[in-house]
Amino acid sequence: MTVEHSTSPLLGRLNWESLPFHEPILVATFAVVVIGGLGVLALITRYKLWGYLWKEWFTTVDHKKIGIMYMILGLIMFLRGFADAVMMRLQQAMAFGGSEGYLNAHHYDQIFTAHGVIMIFFVAMPLITGLMNYLVPLQIGARDVSFPFLNNFSFWMTTMGAVLVMASLFIGEFARTGWLAYPPLSGIGYSPGVGVDYYIWALQIAGVGTTLSGINLIATIVKMRAPGMGLMKMPVFTWTSLCANILIVASFPILTATLVLLSADRYIGTNFFTNDFGGNPMMYVNLIWIWGHPEVYILILPLFGVFSEVTSTFSGKKLFGYTSMVYATVVITILSYLVWLHHFFTMGSGASVNSFFGITTMIISIPTGAKLFNWLFTMYRGRIRFELPMMWTVAFMLTFVIGGMTGVMLAVPPADFVLHNSLFLIAHFHNVIIGGVLFGLFAAINFWWPKAFGFRLEKKWGLVSFWCWVVGFWMAFMPLYVLGFMGVTRRMRVFDDPAYQIWFVIAGVGVAVIAVGILAMLIQFAVSIINRDKLRDETGDPWQGRTLEWATSSPPPDYNFAKTPIIHDSDAWWDMKTRGYERPSEGFKPIHMPANTGAGFILSALSLIVGFALIWYIWWLAAAGFAALIAYAIFHTFNYRRDYYIPAETVQATEDARTQALAAAAATQG
Amino acid sequence: MSHAPTLNPDYVDETGRPIFHPVEEPHHPEGHSTMLGFWMYLMSDCLIFAILFAVYAVLGGNYAAGPAPKDLFDLPLVAVNTSMLLFSSITYGFAMLAMYRNKVAQTQAWLAVTGLFGLCFLGIELYEFSHMIHLGATPQRSGFLSAFFILVGTHGLHVTFGCIWLVTLMIQVGQKGLIQANKRRLMCLSLFWHFLDVIWIGVFTFVYLFGMLR
Amino acid sequence: MSAEAHNEHAVTHEDHHGDDHDHGTYRSYLIGFGLSVVLTAIPFWLVMAGVLAPQLTGLIITGFAVVQIVVHMIFFLHMNHRSEGGWNMLALIFTLVIVVIAVAGSVWVMYHLNTNMMPVHDMQVMG
Repeated sequence: MTVEHSTSPLLGRLNWESLPFHEPILVATFAVVVIGGLGVLALITRYKLWGYLWKEWFTTVDHKKIGIMYMILGLIMFLRGFADAVMMRLQQAMAFGGSEGYLNAHHYDQIFTAHGVIMIFFVAMPLITGLMNYLVPLQIGARDVSFPFLNNFSFWMTTMGAVLVMASLFIGEFARTGWLAYPPLSGIGYSPGVGVDYYIWALQIAGVGTTLSGINLIATIVKMRAPGMGLMKMPVFTWTSLCANILIVASFPILTATLVLLSADRYIGTNFFTNDFGGNPMMYVNLIWIWGHPEVYILILPLFGVFSEVTSTFSGKKLFGYTSMVYATVVITILSYLVWLHHFFTMGSGASVNSFFGITTMIISIPTGAKLFNWLFTMYRGRIRFELPMMWTVAFMLTFVIGGMTGVMLAVPPADFVLHNSLFLIAHFHNVIIGGVLFGLFAAINFWWPKAFGFRLEKKWGLVSFWCWVVGFWMAFMPLYVLGFMGVTRRMRVFDDPAYQIWFVIAGVGVAVIAVGILAMLIQFAVSIINRDKLRDETGDPWQGRTLEWATSSPPPDYNFAKTPIIHDSDAWWDMKTRGYERPSEGFKPIHMPANTGAGFILSALSLIVGFALIWYIWWLAAAGFAALIAYAIFHTFNYRRDYYIPAETVQATEDARTQALAAAAATQG
Repeated sequence: MSHAPTLNPDYVDETGRPIFHPVEEPHHPEGHSTMLGFWMYLMSDCLIFAILFAVYAVLGGNYAAGPAPKDLFDLPLVAVNTSMLLFSSITYGFAMLAMYRNKVAQTQAWLAVTGLFGLCFLGIELYEFSHMIHLGATPQRSGFLSAFFILVGTHGLHVTFGCIWLVTLMIQVGQKGLIQANKRRLMCLSLFWHFLDVIWIGVFTFVYLFGMLR
Repeated sequence: MSAEAHNEHAVTHEDHHGDDHDHGTYRSYLIGFGLSVVLTAIPFWLVMAGVLAPQLTGLIITGFAVVQIVVHMIFFLHMNHRSEGGWNMLALIFTLVIVVIAVAGSVWVMYHLNTNMMPVHDMQVMG
């Protein structure tokens, strides 16, 4: 059901047909979004918050605020991605015995594509980037990242990519190709509409942000560590962040190049991935997975770091096997480039190639296993406190291990010939992503929320969320393993065999339980914010933390550390506490800080305009937008004054206030 | 495994107790991360070119019954073009030497010469492309030609951006002189410029020379 | 310290600042240039004159390209194991490893895929 796009010089192929007036679900969604959105805008205007938002948040170069904005972006997009999941589960549970379900193929295909694209690029990546942004400078005793302006720019580029994906819901359509958009289906012949173009430009724009963020964090970790913090004294989270960012810089360019080639095929008719004139669609699959496999390690490595921090903190013990943890992380980083073909064993490369990649895939599970044993040995004989972060960590251990094992099964090429692209595969990767990445993010959010906001998250609703997620996840995905063994292919919309239905229904119930879990988490946030005074933490160190971020107040001051700390040992904060460290109360100097700027937002907004124009073939706008982008970027380089100093008196006052708060907290604790 | 706590020997006071804050705050001069950061960016750019080379390696033999390298490549012209880029590399080097001696006028002069060589390179390349297209060897004609144009074209685009950057820097140096920030920028452009010459070595070898050997 | 004063301070201490930055000299640039000219001219001549067999020529000019890249790295990019505390070199080596894996891996994989999967082939000899 492709719509004929008429082209006009002014609006390209954009016209009234592009708006989904005849789709009731979309009209309803649009109405809700508009009303909700207008409501939010109205509230901001009523409380005169525009100035505050622009000056304090949108133009900030403070890594902590940028980190928080990334988290907010990720959580909002998570709700959209989850809505897509609910729609799919409902459809698949219904579409039996001649029923077509409630979604036709035109919509269903967009939904599963959007679900994957959003969850990977606009949920997992922003949440992880937000976490790393917030924590890394604090953990290494620095005041900000190496390139604060680029940090702001990276955030807005990611956001504009998300805006494009969201816009595709109401203006035009999204890709119907699956989240990796394989040609020839994604070529201009089979996908002449705007969907794949939305996909391409959203990812290219967000990809620039991600790559720059990777460069930023590598430079920060290499150059800005506090004196005495040698590489082997860094917190494990910083190590995993370093490796994840190395993977980002060394893999995203591959995605960028491959999508450029796809867009060349679509826009100017080249023959990279066509079936004729010397093109080769298999090359796209090959290239996209050379990016794709390191990508999943980008997603998981920071969370492995989170688990290390959480396990050692809540076991009250130094992490077991720090050195082997570091080596395991580095080995994973390198090996992640040697396994990519396991994503397309069945494409026909033959026994020799498949064997090589099958073996490397099995090898890469070993360092992860080593990490797991290190966590277990850390817990052994520790005084374990089952606060929410630790509970999420234990849930991760049990869940992720199962998912990892199914991965090793899939690594065996003959087995994969049966299981490739079945629901077994879907169950496997959701098992590791939800068990590893998502549970890790929930652990991280519960762990570091008090640091970021100055008050704890309320525990009761957190427990509801936890149990709903754990039970719901198993209910939603174990049936998919069964269905996979029964031979059910992924991305199916309608089914003939009634034997499958019960499993889909169970999975649907599981998703409903997860939905309750998500609701409970949102309630947890709301209740905690409302009761923040009761949940307040004045110490800055509510968990008996071990790393430097816990040395600061909650939230930390703009400058993070009034005086740069000297590092003597790993688990630096624990070391300082053990040695009777006393906070300095005087002798503060003016602190050099980077200045806020609107340039990141403006450049990203211009990129959004260029992307939108290219999608809709509005060539004059694309050219003008691009010229404006270059011109503004050059103009921005003429601004040499990008810093300011926090006066010593301000630092003194801030530190004095904290001294008083700490004394009051100590007094109330008696 | 027990772990004996360590002391940082540089930060211990007379009684052997650890010092936790330095007397003088460590100095991170403005732009201290810039060269490392820019090098990382260049490595990422290197990977983009690597993919384009990989695509050329895989699709470069797919002529689709259309023109092949022997029908199209003009090696003498490519040799001239290569020398344009090589000359521009050394003139940029001379600009950098003048910069380190804080000689504004000399720096600007060598930068201008570099820019001219760069423009010559681009001009010759555009001539080559238009000639090929005129012969029907368009990017759309075959997988080989698509791969050729995207690899050589991306390199050319980079040179174009380099020239724009060069002009911008000449204006900025003209306005503010060889202040530290401008020197840093010139050093970054230097890395960029030489990096493009390195990529060109790959291009003339694996595209043009190999093309004539196939 | 104001930014302006700091800039002047940095300018006067330019050569001993933070990282040991190798700047090169007229002589080293000219040596690099000369080597590059030779390393370019010979491959061009070998191909244009066709004096050797194509495979041998291919191998030789590949070798020359690698050498010339190293020449550029040393004489123009001033690459050494000291710059940025060795991180530049590490990054370069890592990138080169990935480049080799991506290019060689792609060629290997695609060769096998093409052999097995491109139309009009003998199904009997899949491998």
